[in-house]
Amino acid sequence: MSEFLQHLINMLVLGGTYALLGIGLTLIFGIMNVVNFTHGVLYTFGAYIMFIVVHQLGVNFFLALPLAVVAGWLLGAVIELTLLRPLRGSDIDTTMLVMIGAWIAMQSGALWIWGGVAKSVTTPFPEAPLVLGPVSVSWLRLFVLAAAAMLIVVTYLLINRTKLGCAMRATFQDQDTASLMGVNVDLIYTSTFAIGSSLAAAAGALLGPVYVIFPQMGDLAAVKAFAIVILGGLGNITGAVIGGFVLALAEELGAGYVSSGYRDAMGFLIIIAVLIFKPTGLFARSERVG
Amino acid sequence: MDRSLRQTAETTRFGLRIDEQRRLENHMTRTFKTIPAIALAVGLLGGAAEAQTIKIGVNEPLTGAFAASGTYVVNGARIAADEINAKGGILGKKLELVIEDNKSNPTEAAAVAEKLITSDKVPVLMGAWGSSLTLAVMPKLMEYETPMVVETSSSGKITTTGNPYIFRISPPSAIEAAAFKGIVDKLELKKVDFLVINNDWGRGTAEDFSKMMKEKGITVGAIETMDQGAQDMSAQLSKLKGTDSETIIVTTAVDQLTLIFKQAAALGLKKRIITTGGSQNPDQIIAQAGAAANGTMHLTTFLPWFPEKTPNPEATSYFIAEWKKRGYDFAGCTESFRGYDGIRTAAAAIEKAGKAEPAAIKAALWDIKVKGLNGDIVFRKSGPQGKESGQSQPNVYLIEITDGKIGMKTL
Repeated sequence: MSEFLQHLINMLVLGGTYALLGIGLTLIFGIMNVVNFTHGVLYTFGAYIMFIVVHQLGVNFFLALPLAVVAGWLLGAVIELTLLRPLRGSDIDTTMLVMIGAWIAMQSGALWIWGGVAKSVTTPFPEAPLVLGPVSVSWLRLFVLAAAAMLIVVTYLLINRTKLGCAMRATFQDQDTASLMGVNVDLIYTSTFAIGSSLAAAAGALLGPVYVIFPQMGDLAAVKAFAIVILGGLGNITGAVIGGFVLALAEELGAGYVSSGYRDAMGFLIIIAVLIFKPTGLFARSERVG
Repeated sequence: MDRSLRQTAETTRFGLRIDEQRRLENHMTRTFKTIPAIALAVGLLGGAAEAQTIKIGVNEPLTGAFAASGTYVVNGARIAADEINAKGGILGKKLELVIEDNKSNPTEAAAVAEKLITSDKVPVLMGAWGSSLTLAVMPKLMEYETPMVVETSSSGKITTTGNPYIFRISPPSAIEAAAFKGIVDKLELKKVDFLVINNDWGRGTAEDFSKMMKEKGITVGAIETMDQGAQDMSAQLSKLKGTDSETIIVTTAVDQLTLIFKQAAALGLKKRIITTGGSQNPDQIIAQAGAAANGTMHLTTFLPWFPEKTPNPEATSYFIAEWKKRGYDFAGCTESFRGYDGIRTAAAAIEKAGKAEPAAIKAALWDIKVKGLNGDIVFRKSGPQGKESGQSQPNVYLIEITDGKIGMKTL
């Protein structure tokens, strides 16, 4: 029983970060309809910003987090302005190829700058875990869960309760009508991509210190993010959050009770099942945006 | 030296004095022909330099899951090459390492081997760190009849499947298990679980150690695996926390080990952890996992902390001094010696062969005796008759981390 409780705690901690990865991508992939292959690199970027700010500039850990988010936002805006804006209206294959190119170029750039050897970030949290009866969890991971939850709520409110969110939803539903209603469509495109990117960078900045930081760290994260988005239904923020927890639960219980060798396969088995029986995702709505 | 050589080369090639050469170059700049001229000069010089060196191909993981370990091994290899070149090279020529990254990926490792052999024309290779990487390279060695010194891999399969181009200086996991056998009584092992990397290295280790433990009457419990790129082992560790074993044998490289110690501490897992494989680089674990590393034990193949206790103290001290002089992280020292020994083994074989040709080097590898940092390197036959691989018998040590310090346990 205590082992099962521990698995559940692990699932909560892991699921929070998966959800964060998922909502960033669902904004871009689900709402903007851009197959964003740079999501994983932006995750890596956030982690490296954390490393630079904490270890090379000597800034406080908690101050470094918002800096990483801002850096991710800026990089996202640059990618949108230089790569996606000129391609808007071109077919999905062209955009996809450009994004794959950007992914490879950025990953090689990270390798060139920081090398292939993993880096780790020291955190201000105590090494001794929080013990609650039979289960224990590290303080760092609790903090990551809380921060992820906060970011998820903020994103949800931004999309559903603000004027910007309203304009975003309108733009990606019907660009022409939105434009006629006075929405600055160009600005919406850039800000949506930048927000999605900053969420990826935030996930990297939070998880980098938990794990280790290396140029290819984003690859597996991106694959999982795509899986979560498909699981939750494209463009559905609540779906992406639930998808993140479902994937974490499948991995945790799969590794604990079936076979640890197939840990990563468990999540993908669920996705195959979802695609067969409910191809629009578990939580797809008739109106897809938001 | 370099510059004057280049100038001499240019003087002879164009048949001009250096001042005339400069004037010509200035003229060429004006006529925008400098770039092709430089390209030509570099090409010609490169070609000329090629014939004057003897190459050894180095196939190591410099990116991906084993980047830290591969980089350490390559740094050790560089020290060996520089040392050999400072003493005049081999067969009167300079030794040149052609280093390629196999990206911790077996498919890439095979492609890198093919590139080194066919395009760089190396007569001998060193590589490829991981067992799965080495196993992927092995058919290429057969295909191109080129020998390879295996410096790290420990899967038994490498030297038992009948590949006569393999010469291994690292211990297979069965030798590690045999060395460990002597101390299991002292450690009072009763029941052990395994957490191993899910590849030929990890699974091979679990198999060989289980066999030895069963012979000793120790119960083998759960055998958990993890993907080589996995960063979160909490699920496996939670399961191991719940079993009634008192010890966990962990096999993987340093990056994943660091995460395992941190995550085990976060889960409140208090069992004894013993790692195998010699790729632990304990100083890096202490630096990155902190207090979580205390009480852990590691089977290693080198003792940079106690050079006086190694089989070849003088060479070990030289190597460590050279490592520090280059400003490399001391942590990597524990693994880098493999690259140092590997290159010195390949170089000794080339010297003995008298020519840089694969068949001659392969034959010579059987006759060499190199004073390695971890004991004498002498190849003995292993595997099916008629197509034996070479296997050297290195030493294995057990160390323990206490209060962030490394101590030796007698095996």
